[in-house]
Amino acid sequence: MNDVNEKAANFMTSDKSTVKAHAINMESLGRNRVEQSIHDEDITLTVDNLDLYYGEKQALFDVNMVIPRKKVTAFIGPSGCGKSTLLRCFNRMNDLVDSCRVDGGISLDGSNIYDKRVDVATLRRRVGMVFQKPNPFPKSIYENVAYGLRIQGINKKRVLDEVVERSLRGAALWDEVKDRLHDNALGMSGGQQQRLVIARTIAVEPEVLLLDEPASALDPISTLKIEELIYELKDKYTIVIVTHNMQQAARVSDYTAFMYMGKLIEFDNTDILFTNPSNKQTEDYITGRYG
Amino acid sequence: MSLHDDNKQGFIEWCKRGEPMIWMNAAAVTVSTLAVIGLLILLAVRGFGHFWPAAVMEAQYALPSEESVTVLAERVESEAVPIEQLLSAGFKIDTDDAFVDRELVKLGNRDVGGADFKWVISRYLNDVNYPKDAVVIERREWGNFYGYLQSVKEQGNVVASIEDGRAWDEFQSRVLRANEIHEKIKKIEKKDIGAINYRLEKLRLKSRGLEINTSMAEARREQVLADLAAERAELDAKYKVLQSELADLYQQWHRDSFTMKTASGQIKDQRIATVVQAYRPNGMSLVQKIGFYFVKFGEFLTDEPREANTEGGIFPAIFGTVIMVLIMSVLVTPFGVVAAVYLREYAKQGVMTRIVRIAVNNLAGVPSIVYGVFGLGFFIYFLGSEMDKAFFPEALPAPTFGTPGLLWASVTLALLTLPVVIVATEEGLARIPRNLREGSLALGATKAETLWRVVIPMASPAMMTGLILAVARAAGEVAPLMLVGVVKLAPSLPVDGNFPYFHLDQKFMHLGFHIYDVGFQSPNVEAARPLVYATALLLVVIIALLNLSAVALRNHLREKYKSLEM
Repeated sequence: MNDVNEKAANFMTSDKSTVKAHAINMESLGRNRVEQSIHDEDITLTVDNLDLYYGEKQALFDVNMVIPRKKVTAFIGPSGCGKSTLLRCFNRMNDLVDSCRVDGGISLDGSNIYDKRVDVATLRRRVGMVFQKPNPFPKSIYENVAYGLRIQGINKKRVLDEVVERSLRGAALWDEVKDRLHDNALGMSGGQQQRLVIARTIAVEPEVLLLDEPASALDPISTLKIEELIYELKDKYTIVIVTHNMQQAARVSDYTAFMYMGKLIEFDNTDILFTNPSNKQTEDYITGRYG
Repeated sequence: MSLHDDNKQGFIEWCKRGEPMIWMNAAAVTVSTLAVIGLLILLAVRGFGHFWPAAVMEAQYALPSEESVTVLAERVESEAVPIEQLLSAGFKIDTDDAFVDRELVKLGNRDVGGADFKWVISRYLNDVNYPKDAVVIERREWGNFYGYLQSVKEQGNVVASIEDGRAWDEFQSRVLRANEIHEKIKKIEKKDIGAINYRLEKLRLKSRGLEINTSMAEARREQVLADLAAERAELDAKYKVLQSELADLYQQWHRDSFTMKTASGQIKDQRIATVVQAYRPNGMSLVQKIGFYFVKFGEFLTDEPREANTEGGIFPAIFGTVIMVLIMSVLVTPFGVVAAVYLREYAKQGVMTRIVRIAVNNLAGVPSIVYGVFGLGFFIYFLGSEMDKAFFPEALPAPTFGTPGLLWASVTLALLTLPVVIVATEEGLARIPRNLREGSLALGATKAETLWRVVIPMASPAMMTGLILAVARAAGEVAPLMLVGVVKLAPSLPVDGNFPYFHLDQKFMHLGFHIYDVGFQSPNVEAARPLVYATALLLVVIIALLNLSAVALRNHLREKYKSLEM
């Protein structure tokens, strides 16, 4: 309790501009509780009034939230609710869709990532992403991990060796593959491939890791390994994970956002959201009444 | 219901199971396979029999109410013809059979008897025998000679004759000697004198270039001209030496001669220099015949053609075909790939790209002769002559690139096969899973880096497929080539030892055109016919080899980037 009070005190004394801008929404969204409990310096991503359209169809409606630093934030919700779309906004993956249009803003450490001057490649280096289906390149394990560095023009073998080992260790894969670094990555199991993709992503040392249903294509054992890995990684990275699996969200995340029909319904501490949701829709969803 | 009610029921069941479809499919596959195998067998039998040393028959041929003549000939083929046909052709035939057998024999001796092939009616061939001492002589001109060796002479004096029994051995060793000298002559004429001529032509062009170039200072010009003159004098001196060497060789080459008796008893005196090789097929054992066969076949592959392409080998045509296809591949692959990458990856997908795509697909259906006309009109007459004006003004009015040649033929065929490569590459690019591209982009790669490092390597098997189709089409194309660079006989290969080694402006020979030329433009159709088949089979084999190497490369790439099958 003491801790919370301290945070609240800090909040009162810090610059309130971010909060003020969205004062209107604070009542309607569960976001306020999270935001109030977090220091400004502890916020990595801020989403401001985000609307997203695919052509004529609106996919996200006025989303406002913050992503806390070095915590795991989970997005849950039924299929098609926009959680993956929102996730893909954080590294501007939606730019690849021709008809996609975004209103509002997202800022990473205070600077708007939808600004015209932002270099998307640099942004994506800072905000890494792991996809639902393991997608290693048809290259060797070593080259997969070194890919991001080679893109940056780093070709020194010593540096690459070091980063590859550190990243594979970071992804809890080193012991399994250290003897076959130069084998084709496609010869690995699905779970190993997914951890390889995570290793590949952390090799470029991003600040944020976006995980888009990283375990949905994997067997239970591999899923468990991925979850353990997420738990270890949150010491170093801000993690945002989209998942269909509510138990998984409950197990791995610190904060959970429930989305429905393109809207952010509730965003709160995971414990609170799962045990004492303030919104009826959230409660219906987590108790399995729909979705 | 039992499994086999009755026949009719069984048939309906059989139809319902879809069996007729399976049988039809199998039949279609069988027919296609048989057609291909049959084609290859026909080509092989008709073509490759030509190199076998056929037996030489001696016989009396006496048509009724005509005097008997002795023939010494190879049997080529036989057929049955209706008797009316022969009667109406003026033959007097004393039989009532509706059909009469006749056969085609190769008499050779064109310089003695006129025609070297003749149809004879089998029933009037008497006393057929195969004399062991009948000699077949392959000559540099006038085709084969059939007869009996009488004597061998050196500078007109008999050194060996049939009576003392040494004639054949003496003859063979002197043929060998003459052929060695001939090789030397060829080497000097083609290589040494060819190189000198090439350099002299370069010097001529240089001095002509100096005449045109007005900007050079007078003193400097004098200096350069003097240098050129000195160089020319040096080359001339070298040429003189070679010339006298040649004269000497020619004299040696023409030293020996031999006499032969023809079937009709005529004695003919000829130079040994005219002989390519001589053999006595009736006296050869099977092993010798097989050996002979392979030597002949090897010559066919590696020699230059003789006698208006009806004799000798086809090496320049093989070489021309392969080099043209290679240059075409080098041109078409990057072009097609770059175009496809733009169309698929960068261009905004819309009406315009759809129109471009339709246009590209339709280009693949344009008749090849149209490409030939375009190549002639645009590449040769326009681009080529502009290039000549810009880069080779000293050679004008003789064109350098403003005339059909290897480069333009390759470019024209590259254009012809471009649609195939574009379409195949586009399909390959479309098949690369989106999540791999996203994986690369998510690591901070730009679109170009993603394309270069992930997408294009993975699409490379599809590019190879395009190239395979392009090669298959280009290697078999003849019509456009006739307009843009192929000739009946090219004096030299487009690749040789003279700097810059590749002569893209030269005309070249091509197997497809060679088949047409030998088969239909040759003065001696009967003699050339087996060569047509052999050349056709060789063309098929070469295209198959080119394709197989591309297929092997593609399979290697597929193995490397096999994630598409996930």
